[in-house]
Amino acid sequence: MTWSETKVDQIGVQERVARLQSRSIKSDSKKEALTLALSMIDLTTLEGRDSPNKVRQLCYKATHLHESFPGLPHVAAICVYAPMIKTAKQALQGSTVKVAAVATAFPSGMTSLETKLDEVKQASQDGADEIDMVISRGRFLSGDFDYVAEEINRVKEACGSAHLKVILETGELVTLDNVRTASDIAMTAGADFIKTSTGKIQPAATPEVTLVMMQAIRDFYRKHGRKVGLKPAGGISKSKQAIQYLVMLRETLGQDWLNPDLFRFGASSLANDILMQVVKQNTGIYQSTSYFSLD
Amino acid sequence: MNDRIDVRKTHKMFINGKFARSESERTFNWTTADTKDSTNICRASRKDFRDSVLAAKNAFSGWSSRTAYNRAQIIYRCAEILEGRSAQLVEELHAQGLDPEDAQLEVRQTIDLLVYYAGWADKYQQLFSSVNPVSAPYFNFTALEATGVVAIIAPRESGLLGIVSAIAPALVGGNTCVTLISEEHPLCTASLSETLHTSDVPAGVVNLLTGYRSELIEQFSTHMEVNALIYFGEDKDEITQIETNAAENVKRVSICTRHDWEYESSLSPYAILRTQETKTTWHPIGF
Amino acid sequence: MTIENHPQNLQADWTYDPAPQSIEHVDIHDSYELFINGKFTSSKDGSYRDSINPATEKTLAKVAEAGVEDVDLAIEAARQAYEGPWSQMTAAERGKFLFRIARMIQERSRELAIVESLDGGKPIRESRDVDIPLAAAHFFYYAGWADKLDYAFPGRQAQSVGVAAQIIPWNFPLLMAAWKLAPALATGNTLVLKPAETTPLTAMILADIIREADLPPGVVNIVTGDGDLGKQLVRHPGIDKIAFTGSTAVGKEIMRALAGKNKRFTLELGGKAANIVFADAAIDQAIEGIVNSIFFNQGHVCCAGSRLFVEESVAQEVTQKLRERMETLIVGDPLDKNTDIGAINSIDQLKRIQSYVEIGQQEGGELYQSSCILPDTGYWHAPTLFSNVSQSHRIVQEEIFGPVLAIQTFRTVDEVIDKANNTPYGLSGGVWTDKGAKIFKVTRNIRAGVIWANTFNKFDPSSPFGGYKESGMGREGGVEGLLPYLNLTTNTR
Repeated sequence: MTWSETKVDQIGVQERVARLQSRSIKSDSKKEALTLALSMIDLTTLEGRDSPNKVRQLCYKATHLHESFPGLPHVAAICVYAPMIKTAKQALQGSTVKVAAVATAFPSGMTSLETKLDEVKQASQDGADEIDMVISRGRFLSGDFDYVAEEINRVKEACGSAHLKVILETGELVTLDNVRTASDIAMTAGADFIKTSTGKIQPAATPEVTLVMMQAIRDFYRKHGRKVGLKPAGGISKSKQAIQYLVMLRETLGQDWLNPDLFRFGASSLANDILMQVVKQNTGIYQSTSYFSLD
Repeated sequence: MNDRIDVRKTHKMFINGKFARSESERTFNWTTADTKDSTNICRASRKDFRDSVLAAKNAFSGWSSRTAYNRAQIIYRCAEILEGRSAQLVEELHAQGLDPEDAQLEVRQTIDLLVYYAGWADKYQQLFSSVNPVSAPYFNFTALEATGVVAIIAPRESGLLGIVSAIAPALVGGNTCVTLISEEHPLCTASLSETLHTSDVPAGVVNLLTGYRSELIEQFSTHMEVNALIYFGEDKDEITQIETNAAENVKRVSICTRHDWEYESSLSPYAILRTQETKTTWHPIGF
Repeated sequence: MTIENHPQNLQADWTYDPAPQSIEHVDIHDSYELFINGKFTSSKDGSYRDSINPATEKTLAKVAEAGVEDVDLAIEAARQAYEGPWSQMTAAERGKFLFRIARMIQERSRELAIVESLDGGKPIRESRDVDIPLAAAHFFYYAGWADKLDYAFPGRQAQSVGVAAQIIPWNFPLLMAAWKLAPALATGNTLVLKPAETTPLTAMILADIIREADLPPGVVNIVTGDGDLGKQLVRHPGIDKIAFTGSTAVGKEIMRALAGKNKRFTLELGGKAANIVFADAAIDQAIEGIVNSIFFNQGHVCCAGSRLFVEESVAQEVTQKLRERMETLIVGDPLDKNTDIGAINSIDQLKRIQSYVEIGQQEGGELYQSSCILPDTGYWHAPTLFSNVSQSHRIVQEEIFGPVLAIQTFRTVDEVIDKANNTPYGLSGGVWTDKGAKIFKVTRNIRAGVIWANTFNKFDPSSPFGGYKESGMGREGGVEGLLPYLNLTTNTR
């Protein structure tokens, strides 16, 4: 298959980002943004030392963000390593919080296709609502786009009813041209969501790569009529950043994408920062971290 | 008589944006001409030099890629801060043997020299670059780039102006530097370091060492990460040593004299050229 | 690429609340006087003119109107200062004054930005992030040249010209003042500045800065008034050089007035720039570039890319994306930090723009305007596109100086170069393509003084700006910007 590679100008993207970041979001529009952002978080733990207890604690946080402040939404999902799916499903029984799992030899993706597909099938059987895969970056960078697409295709198949998020690992792709091309390949091959990063290398999500991915999603929708979701992950820890991403989302993709079905933040400490901001917006008083639970 | 006990200044060197003693912990005792007052000055070791070069190397990519306007503003700020510290520097120069009026003049000239070179930051490129009319359909342009890490052996005979005169052109041009301040006139080092530190000069961009030229000249001239060396002096043996050693990694060597640091004679964009490389780029012109 | 199948909905339920810039720390006086010989003085005949906020139509302040006598006084003060303290000072000292002014502009930047937006209508974000910083940078750049002129022009000695009259427009008031003052002062001249009649206030604050900087009296004089005042300055025998930025029509008048008088002059006049988007451009970034080229600063930009040329194979995509992007442009209160497009500078300019939009429709152009809601009071105009127009349409030929873009398609590169040059103007141009060779070839063939490749409306004090043909002559910025204020003589040995 021939893949057309849309050109992206880095400086132009940086300037558009800078202008979007100059938006000043105040009062009610800030409160709405904060609450919306909260509902879009995939609360994440992806550590080698994760245990069932750790995951249970995180799941409890997911549905009890800050009890002393009524009316807060739940986060969108928990994101864990595949062996933890069952624990998470049990802990989240009865809630609206979804269970997302990383698979395909996350984060490197360096294993055989068969191994990856087995892992994905198992994850789907264990009950994952969403599966986050990584693309084969080495293959991509050596120009083997067909392989990258085929792999995504096969993984999508193995997902069964679970939604597939495709992680591009934009930090390794380096250029925005590459980010755009990888986005287009992922969507063409069946991704339900495209995701910036594993969060395991620097740089993780940046406003620049996220904007390019939004533009890719927009063009894909225009051409094919299918809405693909977006998840910037890693490095988003402050409310101000989250709001800036929502501004970018609103002005590039519009209202249809401003919901957790089509936009997620892959973050761990972001939730508490948003909670602090929500309380501050309502009371006018700057908050302290001591008053917000750690999972 | 005032019974108050002065809090005496500790004279440290300036390495990677921090005030540091020599890792060897050696000092030498510097006294005024009448030997009434003395100060312990750090005696830099080869390891201090090594650490400084590492700091300068790490700082290079950031400093050279800042906009010229930004560098101009930082160097102008050095002038602002130095202006505020005039009295202290006049006193230090006076202690090193200058009459008060001469000390005053030297401090003012140093400040004005910084303003002068700050003003070159966003202009020298325009004077020494070119679009070249090659005889083929190519857009061909030549532009200047900073050389890299510059080792500077500051003039023996000056306590302030000579040092700043040696550093400023290299700094303006986007280089980072390691400077050896003479053992004869080391007293302004601390004040100069404090000025740099306060002026938003990033850590590692300017490193100031005090010590013995005889001990350090070998290190300064052989280190393979140093791209250029600027030597102030006329000692034939030193010069031969430097030029011989420079061959190891083809260091660019500038041998400078009084004429190249004194206020009336040295202010010039050509001083910046000492530590600039030229790059020429070609690109076709066509549809 | 087919575009129209699934159009986007960018009308979000999540809207932005007002984010007003707080202005209570800014003190706008009830009245402002002329600045002559280092002091603020009222005009000899005591007359004033109101300066209006175009967003609210309310008066901000009254400003003295200079008459013939005031002009004489100002020019005399400039002459005295020129022959006295200014030329006796060393060049390095002159430079230090300019560094001071640069710093003080930075110190008072928020105040200047707010007043600029109130007086002229441009969004606070633009005056805060672009106008004021560039003005300070311009002083900073030229400050450094004062004592380095020996190096600027090989084989020539640089000498100042004398007393300059400088007339500036209303679209970037403080920035234009900086563009005029900085090089003139750095090269040892003295001057009389006339701000535009609708935007005098930031010049008045600049006068205050100049006074606080202890610049010798008479070196800078600022006289406020209307077009007639400009005429008086131009024709005054005591002026050695005229610098004018404004319309081509007035520029031509100035040339006629100066004929045979042996005076130096530079003119920075109008434009009708071609902005060319090739199929191999980074399209999304080109869309941003188009928006920057014609909609920001309400289109009040002499170098605006007011003629868009799109390669036919991408015309549909570009037009659709442009329309969608226009919908996200926020038109409204200049003092709101989220405003993208502010007020039109004056009722006169608004009527001018509106009449052109009518002409465009009468000429058969296809009109598109974004769906923004314009406030009831104040002078506003929605971002506007005209498609299906050609080089023969008046709205494609004549400078509108508003947020109105004319779109044409082209098929080949030689065709678009010819059309780009098919205008009496020659100020600027834009080229959008990912192909390097094409950038160099096209930029080489466009007859204009400033050409942007894969960007637009970028300015820097080190980068010369000025036009070919009827867009004027002379350059501002860079080494070239020194020339208009110098006499170059050969060294006599």
